[in-house]
Amino acid sequence: MTLSYSLVQGAYIVAGLLFILALSGLSKHETARQGNRFGVFGMAIALVVTIIGASGGLTVDGMRVIDGSGAKGLAFILPALAIGGALGVWRARAVEMTGMPELIAILHSFVGLAAVLVGWNSSYEESVYPKVHDVEVFVGVFIGAVTFTGSIVAYLKLAAKIKSAPLMLPGRNLLNLGAIAAFVAMTIAYVAMAPGETFARQSLLGVMTLVALALGWHLVASIGGGDMPVVVSMLNSYSGWAAAAAGFLLGNDLLIITGALVGSSGAYLSYIMCKAMNRSFISVIAGGFGVEAGTVAGDGDYGEHREITAEGVAALLTEAREVVITPGYGMATAQAQYAVADLTRRLRERGVSVRFGIHPVAGRLPGHMNVLLAEAKVPYDIVLEMDEINDDLPATDVVLVIGANDTVNPAAIDEPGSPIAGMPVLHVWDAHDVIVFKRSMATGYAGVQNPLFFKDNTQMLFGDARARVEDILAAL
Amino acid sequence: MRIVVPKETKSGERRVAATPKTVEQLRALGYDVAVETGAGAAAAYPDAAFVAAGAEVVLPAAAYDGDIVLKVNAPSPTEQARLRQGQMLVSLLAPALNPEAVEAIRRRGATALAMDAVPRISRAQALDVLSSMANLGGYRAVIEAASEFGGLFTGQVTAAGKVPPAKVLVIGAGVAGLAAIGTAGSLGAIVRAFDARPEVAEQVESMGAQFLRVDVATEVSADGYAKEMGEDFNVKAAALYAEQAKDVDIIITTALIPGKPAPRLITAEMVASMRPGSVIVDMAAANGGNVAGSRADQRVVSENGVIILGYTDLPGRLPTQASQLFGTNLVNLMKLLTPAKDGQVVLDLEDPVQRGMTVTRAGETLWPPPPVQVSAAPTTAPAAAPVAAKPVKVVMSQGRRFALLGAGALAFLLISAVSPPAFLGHFMVFMLSVVIGFYVIGNVHHALHTPLMSVTNAISGIIIVGALLQVGHDDLWVSILAFVGILVASINVFGGFTVTGRMLQMFKREEVAR
Repeated sequence: MTLSYSLVQGAYIVAGLLFILALSGLSKHETARQGNRFGVFGMAIALVVTIIGASGGLTVDGMRVIDGSGAKGLAFILPALAIGGALGVWRARAVEMTGMPELIAILHSFVGLAAVLVGWNSSYEESVYPKVHDVEVFVGVFIGAVTFTGSIVAYLKLAAKIKSAPLMLPGRNLLNLGAIAAFVAMTIAYVAMAPGETFARQSLLGVMTLVALALGWHLVASIGGGDMPVVVSMLNSYSGWAAAAAGFLLGNDLLIITGALVGSSGAYLSYIMCKAMNRSFISVIAGGFGVEAGTVAGDGDYGEHREITAEGVAALLTEAREVVITPGYGMATAQAQYAVADLTRRLRERGVSVRFGIHPVAGRLPGHMNVLLAEAKVPYDIVLEMDEINDDLPATDVVLVIGANDTVNPAAIDEPGSPIAGMPVLHVWDAHDVIVFKRSMATGYAGVQNPLFFKDNTQMLFGDARARVEDILAAL
Repeated sequence: MRIVVPKETKSGERRVAATPKTVEQLRALGYDVAVETGAGAAAAYPDAAFVAAGAEVVLPAAAYDGDIVLKVNAPSPTEQARLRQGQMLVSLLAPALNPEAVEAIRRRGATALAMDAVPRISRAQALDVLSSMANLGGYRAVIEAASEFGGLFTGQVTAAGKVPPAKVLVIGAGVAGLAAIGTAGSLGAIVRAFDARPEVAEQVESMGAQFLRVDVATEVSADGYAKEMGEDFNVKAAALYAEQAKDVDIIITTALIPGKPAPRLITAEMVASMRPGSVIVDMAAANGGNVAGSRADQRVVSENGVIILGYTDLPGRLPTQASQLFGTNLVNLMKLLTPAKDGQVVLDLEDPVQRGMTVTRAGETLWPPPPVQVSAAPTTAPAAAPVAAKPVKVVMSQGRRFALLGAGALAFLLISAVSPPAFLGHFMVFMLSVVIGFYVIGNVHHALHTPLMSVTNAISGIIIVGALLQVGHDDLWVSILAFVGILVASINVFGGFTVTGRMLQMFKREEVAR
């Protein structure tokens, strides 16, 4: 079956529009699920049209301009789709909500890999404008390769398969700059080469791919695990740019539209997060931004911390009228979200007002805490953002800090020399009582001691967050 | 190490640098403490009490026989001569006003820490004697004024007639000013206050006084202290003082600028315009005075019968409490200097607090210290940060921005002139999509960051289209690579949408959940 070229283009326009609607739908709770359906629908249209066109061929004004790949093409396409689709759906259904960051990171790497493959393939193709085409091949493969290895490192760090501490190679900025300079030089050399020198051209393409793979690895490896939310979002953006580059390569507007949409929205999302963490956006893109704060403040004498028992917390909670819970990554690792949701429900039944204060970078992924709380069926209208809750904290009776550390560190405000100075934090210490759930007195990701633990109105509840919350439930 | 506490020799001084309570605390830090006999007598701390607290009471000849000398006032020339190489002196010093004393101590080879040079950062509050003494001084200034004033502070209606309340004007709302406001207010007076720093209005009003304003834009203080003000401001403030002088019964001035002579606020004409029997307490008399005609440590009566008090020892007039607060400030300093609690001083000049206080060290003058940027109040810190950061970002002038834009546009035109038309068409699409992508998620709800990311991730699987088009190429390798491309991209497409759907399923509003 052949398709008219205009029909394909029309279908792409519809698909592009549906993707825009999908993104705008995802900005609000009310329209989010509809937005996802728009995305699926757009993708379905794009896939069906492309598969038919690619296998059956295209016509312009009734004239066949492109021969389809026919049955042989379908023999490649359908099994690949079936295997990939099955794998994807299986992983997506099986994943624990706490494992979401890893899944998304590894999915990004697939886009990167696909972009590299598409780039290589099209280097064999003839083009009317070979010079432009050469540049497009290089740019596409480069972005794809950086995304690929960068995402794999992010995945390994998030899944705790490698150490999350930043890799500190000497002269790492020079290494990054050198890799980019090498890329530019190789691009120029590639464009300058005669089209006939197939072997030399392919070798150069291969070397460039290796350089880009190494660069992607190094960029993310030099960022500490605590800064992964921004990194994941940035890689999301890179994967978009990779798709857009492939679009230029193939002269395909749908790829360009979609890639640019994903690229710019991902970059903007990263920018929002950088602002929340008071980090420089440029240094994130450049990689290794997590280490600029180098020196770790000495452990000053903050005094003694006080401990409390689960029964003590239960007693405090029964007296309280206003309770705020500020969860962090510790809640995710302890899988405590169900117990926390249960506690919330029980307290609300007793007429206690319970709300959640979420720091923009709590967890290892933007919105990580929201996803976990939603999984445990905490109504989302009591889950508030940092700025929304900070003003209410002085009037709060009890704050439960569950597995959060740097995001509730008063040093960010009080100690100008602190590595996290200037980062906006939740002012939990303004509340009447603060209970900190923590496994030990160890420091958080930033490696900074937290004066909150030594404040007069703070009490520590040590142990696994889920076990402790369940103890409190029992005591209630 | 051995701490010695000599008796103060300045005339009229009744304070002492240690009390029995602080002696115990110093001993707990590992120090031996010796107190000169009679040192605490004027502050109601007899020698016996010091002995009971574990101090050794020594004769005047041995009063400097120790490693660390704790004093209240700056040492007199005779006292300076008793300091020796390697000894540490901790006292008030006013190093900016007293260069001779600093030089003399330096020549003696002693290390001097000035208690009146503590940087105003939150951490150092516990050592700040200026605060603790100013608090007492402000209280005492009102008490002195009340004893000189021929009327009541509080208004009353009695059988013998109506008593009007006294009107008190406090100039300078630092610690002393605020303490004076509180004291005068609690005695029942009508209190007004003025300060060059508009940001303290809230504190003044919280103490129940009326904050007087002048209509001039002033900057928020960055280091917690007042600065010298501009000409325009001074003219308007002077007009305000002149107007108030005619109306109020009592004026308390507390205006001090660190390291500078006190600003002259109340002129002779203003004094002359006040009612006879009015009282002025000039708390800045030691540094030259805020009031024309005030003299340090003197009670002066002007021609028209206005009493001007220039007492410089106001905190010292509450010797018992003042010694206790001063002594506690010193204990807090010693805690900072004795990290191991082993009676050994460790002076860490990397610490801005210790660096700021250290005036001389072993024959070397370290005054003035590098400036310390502090947040005077926690609430001002977040507001101050963006203000400081912004000017750096917007330095680019209008002209330069246009020039850059123009250069960018020109470069783009040059490139596009040699580009194939098809490329430009694609570029147009690309550019518009970038802009749309930026705006479309501009208002994304924070809770939806993760689903948004996973849906964009699924959508970026559109790269599958590229691989689909390459399948069936004559070259088998191309087809195989395309096959792998389709496979991994479809994991992304299907996985991404499925996981997004799963997440969105969980986001439920409460009504729906019920």
